Amino acid sequence: MLRYSPFTALLVLAVPVLCGLAGTLLPAFGYLPALGGTSFSVQPFDTLFMQTGIWRSIAQSFFIGLTSTALAVILVAGFVAAWYGTRLFKKVQYLVSPLLSVPHAAAAFGFAFMIAPSGFFARLFSPWLTGWERPLDLLIVNDQLGLALIAGLVVKEVPFLLLVTLAALPQISAIKFSHLTQSLGYGRMAGFLLSTWPPVYRQIRLPIFAVIAYASANVDMAIILGPATPHTLPVRLVGWMNDPDLKMRFMACAGACVQILVTGFALLVWTLIERVTGVVSRKLAAKGNRYTRDWGVRVTASVLMTTSALIVFGGLLVLALWSVSGLWQFPNTLPNNLSLKNWMRALPGLSGPLVTTIIIGGASVAISIIITLACLVREQQTGRSGGNRALWLLYLPLLVPQIGFLFGLQLFLLSVNAIASWTALIFAHVVFVLPYVFLSLSAPWRAFDKRYDSIGAALGASNWRIFWHIRAPMLLRAILAACAVGFAVSIGQYLPTLLIGAGRFPTITTEAVALGSGGNRRIIGIYAFMQMMLPFVGFLLASILPALIFRNRRGITGF
Amino acid sequence: MSYASTGLKIDGVRITLDGRELLAVDHLINPKEVLTIMGPSGSGKSTLLAYIGGFLDPAFEAKGDVYCSGMNITQVKPQERRAGLLFQDPLLFPHMSVGGNLVFAMPADIQPKTERRGQAEQALADVGLEGFFDRDPETLSGGQKARVALARVLISRPAFLLLDEPFSKLDADRRAQMRDLVFENAKRRSLPVLLVTHDREDALAANGTIIEVGSQIAGQ
Repeated sequence: MLRYSPFTALLVLAVPVLCGLAGTLLPAFGYLPALGGTSFSVQPFDTLFMQTGIWRSIAQSFFIGLTSTALAVILVAGFVAAWYGTRLFKKVQYLVSPLLSVPHAAAAFGFAFMIAPSGFFARLFSPWLTGWERPLDLLIVNDQLGLALIAGLVVKEVPFLLLVTLAALPQISAIKFSHLTQSLGYGRMAGFLLSTWPPVYRQIRLPIFAVIAYASANVDMAIILGPATPHTLPVRLVGWMNDPDLKMRFMACAGACVQILVTGFALLVWTLIERVTGVVSRKLAAKGNRYTRDWGVRVTASVLMTTSALIVFGGLLVLALWSVSGLWQFPNTLPNNLSLKNWMRALPGLSGPLVTTIIIGGASVAISIIITLACLVREQQTGRSGGNRALWLLYLPLLVPQIGFLFGLQLFLLSVNAIASWTALIFAHVVFVLPYVFLSLSAPWRAFDKRYDSIGAALGASNWRIFWHIRAPMLLRAILAACAVGFAVSIGQYLPTLLIGAGRFPTITTEAVALGSGGNRRIIGIYAFMQMMLPFVGFLLASILPALIFRNRRGITGF
Repeated sequence: MSYASTGLKIDGVRITLDGRELLAVDHLINPKEVLTIMGPSGSGKSTLLAYIGGFLDPAFEAKGDVYCSGMNITQVKPQERRAGLLFQDPLLFPHMSVGGNLVFAMPADIQPKTERRGQAEQALADVGLEGFFDRDPETLSGGQKARVALARVLISRPAFLLLDEPFSKLDADRRAQMRDLVFENAKRRSLPVLLVTHDREDALAANGTIIEVGSQIAGQ
């Protein structure tokens, strides 16, 4: 059984992506017999490029994806370079880490609630400072240039990039490198950026690529924060895909192909930027200037980092506040009264999506963790990890724009009558949950001291017994943490749920995004609050359970 | 400042963790001399190095002063202390060539580029690695990496050396060779050296004062 586990992983990851890509490509060139497309043509592309503002939509996706990623990377690199190894760093790290589990949509709503003309910031300074008695008529959220979307993506991606960086730092003895470069006379930031960042960067490159892919092709955050006239390309594509006029799907698929090219081009440009910065940094390193006067930059880095975390936190608090607010007029900083009336009214509609969300999340995590454990045990037996190829396979669903293969997957499932089934939906989630579960569990699993296995084996325990009685209990905390990560990923999925569920499986996330356009802040607050609470409960359980089970075993709970 | 110094003075330095004293040192290391601190891990000897280099972990507390060439450097930024660090691992920057590691460490006032390269090549030849400038550090043996690390620290013109078990990962032959190379170079440049180790052989080879810290003797 175990021997087939890597193959199973390949099956559940690569098959949906590749089939989906094929399923997108064929209709894009006019071939989809179910809808009367029996011959190949480039007509879908012709129609696509005749749409008003299509080039603007394309350019927006490209620039927003690239700019937001670049800003997030610069912020993380700058902050780590400025403060790694200090007390302040630890504090900010604790502040930022929990934000990783906040779903994109909830973070976007919170951000919008903060910065909108009638948002919390404006209320905080009105009317005593600004003189505004009513909200300014200004397009801050959904602005033409996509600045709000860029900022929202930055504050959401920074925690992710910071955490993958933190995971890479100890592996290259970053603290000692830092001491070494400082002793050589380098300023803290220059020393770090020239000596430690390049090897760190090599390790976080794939996650950065995944961020570019997400940022250039995301739908949920772009609906909430992005420009509206026209929408970014992915948002328009989903609109066409869900259009009652089925003929629109040919054009939607052509657009999905263009989206893949846009993301690919963004990745290409990114690798060029990598080259240039590489050359510049080698030049600077060889020159020997020490750049010791970096205090101003260091302070700026910490202020920006803290601000970006506090905005998300503040946004989440404001969301929660809206969900229980009574009358809350501009420019009042706080609502006049609090009540549970909103919740009472929303509860009947909330319970269905809530149960659906939990079922999909639970099932996809269960499948993912079983496959992950099987692969890791197999790896332990054979001593082969699959190396780089396995890593690229894991990242495949994260590097290809979701739209690119989900459209095709939807059409494929439609044609075999499997659309909107629990099985299809759960496996669509597994495609995105499994990589994260595997990536979170593989590091602690591989770092496990193998001498424990040897002791077990020497005592006559079978492999099965070693797994259940030694590895699993000792790594319980890591296993549950990986499950919590997977659950959070599943909660956050918008597009797979919408497309593969064909709108018939509303979850908290799809409902929240759909409600977004309505503009009722109380009801948005409730759904977004639920959306962020679910992953939080997952992480809470993951940390409490081991502590309860091993409450009289300090050696394990301290893991 | 002149290249030579009049020594590294460790003036009543005490290191404590949660109020418990780990070690106390009061010693003047003259140029060309080696002071060895010997003790098991956890005895605070690496912490002493960190304190002198300017990187004390906030968990520890330390009192006392450190003077280099008569100047109190206790409050000086690590960038300005001119400490030459050698660790157990060579810690070569993996993304730079061997020569890149050296020019990175070289003071910036040495210019232009050709001069920097020339000096780096000379420094490599001095440690027996002639022609290694363009090599990838990953392709070097453990002993060669250790020598690059030494050349790198020397080319930065340190005022004193802080050695944190720098020989412990080398095999017996290389170990003796490397020890000689380090001490010889330190002597030629009139550098005071502080060595921490748990290995008695290293301590004896240093041929200087030995201070033993910690309750047990490790390595027995």
